[in-house]
Amino acid sequence: MQPVGAAVTLSVIWIGLGIAGLAFARAPRVITGVVFPAGAAVALALAVTGLWALGAPASSAILPAGLPDLPFHVRVDPLSGFFLLLLGGVSFGISLFSCGYFRGEGEQRLGLLCLQYHVFLASMAFVLIADDAYLFMVTWESMALSSYFLVTTEHHSEQNRKAGFIYLLIAHLGALGILLSFGVLHGGHGDYTFDALRQAELSGFWATAAFLLAFFGFGAKAGMLPLHAWLPEAHPAAPSPVSALMSGVMLKTAIYGMVRVIYDLIGGIRWEWGLTVLLFGAATSLFGVLFALMQHDLKRLLAYHSVENIGIILIGIGLSMVFIGSGHPVAGVLGLVAGLYHTLNHAVFKGLLFLGAGAILKSTGLRNLNEMGGLIRYMPHTAFYFLVGALAISALPPLNGFVSEWLTFQASLQAPLLESSVVRSLVPIVAAVLALSGALTGMCFVKVYGVAFLGQHRHELPEKPRDASGWERAGMIWLALACLVLGLLPVLMIGYLNDVSRALLNAGLPDEAMASGWLWLAPTSAAQASYSPIVFLLVIAAVFALTFLVVRLVYHGRLRRADPWDCGFPEQTSRMEDTADGFGQPIRHIFAPVFLIRREIPRPDDPQPVFRQEIEDRHWNWMYLPVARFIEVLSRHIGKLQQGRISVYLLYSFLTLIALLVFVQ
Amino acid sequence: MNPASETVFQVLQSVLVVLIAPLVLGWVNQCRAWLQNRSGPGIWQPYKVLNKLFHKDAVLAHNASPLFRATPYILFGCMWLAVGIVPVLATSLPFAPAADVIALVGLFALARVFVSLAGMDIGTSFGTLGARREMMIGFLAEPAMLMTLFTASLISQSTSLVTIVETLGQNEFIIYPSMAFAAVAFLMVLLAENARIPIDNPSTHLELTMIHEAMILEYSARHLALVEWASSLKLTAYFAIGFAIFAPWGIARAGDWIGLLIAIGALVVKLAAAGAGLALLETVSAKMRIFRAPEFLGTAFLLATLGMLTHFLLEQ
Repeated sequence: MQPVGAAVTLSVIWIGLGIAGLAFARAPRVITGVVFPAGAAVALALAVTGLWALGAPASSAILPAGLPDLPFHVRVDPLSGFFLLLLGGVSFGISLFSCGYFRGEGEQRLGLLCLQYHVFLASMAFVLIADDAYLFMVTWESMALSSYFLVTTEHHSEQNRKAGFIYLLIAHLGALGILLSFGVLHGGHGDYTFDALRQAELSGFWATAAFLLAFFGFGAKAGMLPLHAWLPEAHPAAPSPVSALMSGVMLKTAIYGMVRVIYDLIGGIRWEWGLTVLLFGAATSLFGVLFALMQHDLKRLLAYHSVENIGIILIGIGLSMVFIGSGHPVAGVLGLVAGLYHTLNHAVFKGLLFLGAGAILKSTGLRNLNEMGGLIRYMPHTAFYFLVGALAISALPPLNGFVSEWLTFQASLQAPLLESSVVRSLVPIVAAVLALSGALTGMCFVKVYGVAFLGQHRHELPEKPRDASGWERAGMIWLALACLVLGLLPVLMIGYLNDVSRALLNAGLPDEAMASGWLWLAPTSAAQASYSPIVFLLVIAAVFALTFLVVRLVYHGRLRRADPWDCGFPEQTSRMEDTADGFGQPIRHIFAPVFLIRREIPRPDDPQPVFRQEIEDRHWNWMYLPVARFIEVLSRHIGKLQQGRISVYLLYSFLTLIALLVFVQ
Repeated sequence: MNPASETVFQVLQSVLVVLIAPLVLGWVNQCRAWLQNRSGPGIWQPYKVLNKLFHKDAVLAHNASPLFRATPYILFGCMWLAVGIVPVLATSLPFAPAADVIALVGLFALARVFVSLAGMDIGTSFGTLGARREMMIGFLAEPAMLMTLFTASLISQSTSLVTIVETLGQNEFIIYPSMAFAAVAFLMVLLAENARIPIDNPSTHLELTMIHEAMILEYSARHLALVEWASSLKLTAYFAIGFAIFAPWGIARAGDWIGLLIAIGALVVKLAAAGAGLALLETVSAKMRIFRAPEFLGTAFLLATLGMLTHFLLEQ
């Protein structure tokens, strides 16, 4: 058996589990107690398959399915293997969490939810192993549709329906771009297998057209600026495990598609393309984090952070393309490794954070940060895992987010290799943007954690919040452990990513880099840069323990409990703490031109003053609404054709026939 | 070079710097007192304060979480690691490759995030105020610091502080225009990150203006002592980073005992000069309004980025 066979089998089992969920719709206990755990086991098996494929040569197969004369081709190479590992590993944790989370969900919904959830997983797996444009598009669409139904699970709310609509709209715009890109690559000859597309010889213009179509097509799915608008709407609407899947895994299939099409199918990368990716990435990351800082809905905030992280991934990939396009494949590999590593890291910590948000939502019913507070005292387990995720996403050592940002910085410091002085000076500016958005992320997660988990509670809850249940904890522990392991042992994963880039680009990191052993990460050479998270953690832990003991031995460990001091001010109420909006105020002040702020300030003599403030995304006004208005006007004119009388329609058919006869001779 | 003597050097440097860090702070305070025509408490005062604090019983708010209690130790650990990595006295220390300049900035960020979280833990008005302001300062100071260090990294083609010191220290003396930008930016970041005037006033307890002090308001006794000690370590570490990049002379190689004596002498001279300079700077400038701080740090960030661009445009 080869990896490809295992991957196909496991994906089919997922679909089977979904159907079983529908069959057992009357027995919710079976679904949460058997079907979801089985789905988690399949996910784990898929992760193992991915790991296996990372070290194995590419294997392919033709499925006995599809249209006559148009069978489905599947293939698993190290790149697919890496993304299968990501899909399997992250969805294992999310499925475990779901076993607990969906308990108590209404009977009727649960069966359908189970079907959509597993079809969603299976179609993502098929996207990753598809080896022809036909299967790719079919599974891409089924991924979009199944996630659309998941987003609109709570379809009674108008807002959720609207979110689903926007999501579906942008997903299809993206799909259109991808389809056209395949069309350009195909160029009217041969068939649509990836092998044939790879062979296609494109002129410079058509290659660039294919690149742009693919970049924006996949960018729409990834949530790249300015096509990100669906993301902050759709993620909060979906049930939390689904948000975790969409943000953690589905966005990554878009990154997969981008790497597959640009590096593998189009090939012949130019540095101009890389620069485009780089600049869009930088803009996306800065914009994402600035808007995240303005949010007080936890899930919306996390969604904006996904936008930011997609930007960081694009910076890595863009750097890689710039270097490859200017003939420096080794630096290019470093950028690609950084981008792909961040893809995996983001999947892990964002999955974890969404699960944490779900645990809070389930036990308190709250999504609004301004109503939370002091949760660490009721939900210590969730609080701890969330802290791991928050530190990881803030790119703090020794967790995983830091490793990939470190690699991205290392890639950007290879800029002196470039010949063009314009590009050479643009790269450090992008590095500055990356540094800024990394630091802003730290601020944002201090806000999230401080407001939600620390301090006094702001809201009287009807009952004391419970901590996450056993299944839910298991899911979060798995992802938190992954954050730690990917942070502490980066060299192992980078070794695998090196295999990916060898298979993709025929180039890898220098041997010297891989020779420093598992303890020391040194991507180019030890004299240039090195980092050892284990030593890092051990020193801090050792000093922690040593200080703790010495202070107790030399002095004492006496402790008294008292009321907080706070400069002697009595009566500390929770209204005196910063809210989430208050914490973001300095950013709103400093970056005021970026935001569209609507304020309602009460009159001084108002007996019941209400202060209201809304922050809006400018993209709606300058991009989305004009397009929407234009389409409305257009459709109104086209609507005039529709008369409702059969004679008029016959006339149209007749005119069309004549036109065809004239032009197609 | 045998590993044993390198380890001895590593331990020696870490312990020595940790022990003299309060002295640096005492020296700065004493210089400031002299400049302000006061007699001052003497340079040993910080040790007396630490000793007093360690003797006291810790008082903890009722609702303090474990995070609040762990933070002083984490903070102290981070700062100890920082002075272990930076080549204060010697290069080629065994721990030095554990973190390059980017990881060093990450280390400071880690410490900052924990202090800010601890500030928010009790849920008092001043704690959250301090945390918000600290993060506001931090998000601008951190990238500015990173850009400054990148300029030095680009010149020496390495992000490892050891290599930076060796390259910059052993070349003949060249004035790089980019390093001039970087030096100004670094100074501004140093002032902001260590809660010095003009951004923050380390000796203030005026409620509305404080930043760092507001965050650690709820700490007492040994916890406060560790936090204060960590602050003085941070100041020393920043001085040491400044010396490593802008005055990398007289730093020994591990195992070279005569070099070590020279290095200790050089360090004392450099720290005395830097401390006096800091005191002078703090005496002649006034504290800024909090809303001016972003401008100040934004300037530092722009200067650092300009320094990097200058390197690409002029020095290649």
